[in-house]
Amino acid sequence: MPEPHVLAMWGLLAVVSLATYVWRATGVVIAARIKPDGRLSQWFTCVAYGMLAGLISRIMLMPVGILAHTLLVDRLVALGCGFALFMLFRRAMPPGVVGAVGAFMVLAALRGYGIL
Amino acid sequence: MEAFRLLVFVVAASMTGWGSLARDSGFTFGVAVTSTATVWGLPGQVAAAELYAVGAPLLAIALASSMANLRFFPMSLSLLPLFRGDPASWRWRYVFVAMMSVNTWAVTLRNGPSLPIDQRGAYFTGLSVTCIAAGMIGTAAGYHLAGTLPFFVTVSLIFLNPIYFVFLFAGVRARNGVLALIIGAVLGPITHWLSPEWGLPFCGVIAGTMAFYLDRGMRGDDA
Repeated sequence: MPEPHVLAMWGLLAVVSLATYVWRATGVVIAARIKPDGRLSQWFTCVAYGMLAGLISRIMLMPVGILAHTLLVDRLVALGCGFALFMLFRRAMPPGVVGAVGAFMVLAALRGYGIL
Repeated sequence: MEAFRLLVFVVAASMTGWGSLARDSGFTFGVAVTSTATVWGLPGQVAAAELYAVGAPLLAIALASSMANLRFFPMSLSLLPLFRGDPASWRWRYVFVAMMSVNTWAVTLRNGPSLPIDQRGAYFTGLSVTCIAAGMIGTAAGYHLAGTLPFFVTVSLIFLNPIYFVFLFAGVRARNGVLALIIGAVLGPITHWLSPEWGLPFCGVIAGTMAFYLDRGMRGDDA
């Protein structure tokens, strides 16, 4: 028999999993009732893009957790490096991602070792 | 193919960050790894772990993590029409949405329409199962590596996830989607500052609605 606090943790996981699944399932219920290529369906795609863009830009500009211990200028310089490579390689994703994260890691390491 | 390898690597690396955080928050190994498959939404997992660590009540944890994963509602609504015409896939719709992440959603939304309708379900399932497996492996690795990696490595792994999304969305072609992304990116920090709990859904609805009507207006001019 596992300890009570471990059991409680699994219970918490079940509740949290359901609490996320509710949104996914609500989407299914409504999707079955609207026209697939209709205006409402297009609007929901726009809302999803708007929400995700807002989330990402918030993480980049006002992060919480571990990213909050890095400097805004480092995050933006890294993003700029990524975009430069992205454009240089004719809008190819891998150079953009590797360039941005590589630049960020170098900056974070330099600051970590007190060089920058 | 190269893009898929990158995707799998990004998912595993991002979940490495989650594994470390879960351990620091007091989650057991089993709970940490299982949550990656059953919650499958990093912001909600992070919210749950951080609140659990400070001893918040169950209801508060459930509400906060649910709100952090609200995006799955419009995402699931916009993904499902791709499977609507194929009864064999449509039957699995409640399973499909459980496997959906921002990655698999964005990639399927981009590549799905050009696939024959009876192959979309298999495409999405293959992609999703691979990503979930990679995420669970990443979580397990992160859980064991917690505290051993230097700060600049851990923080770069966390930075990888938002950066990947930036370039994933830089490839969006549909004009209403591009408009929604630009408006949402400007609006997101503002609405978050106004209300950390409700800022994100408001941002989505405002940016999405503006983009939708702007695009229709432009189309009217073109005609």
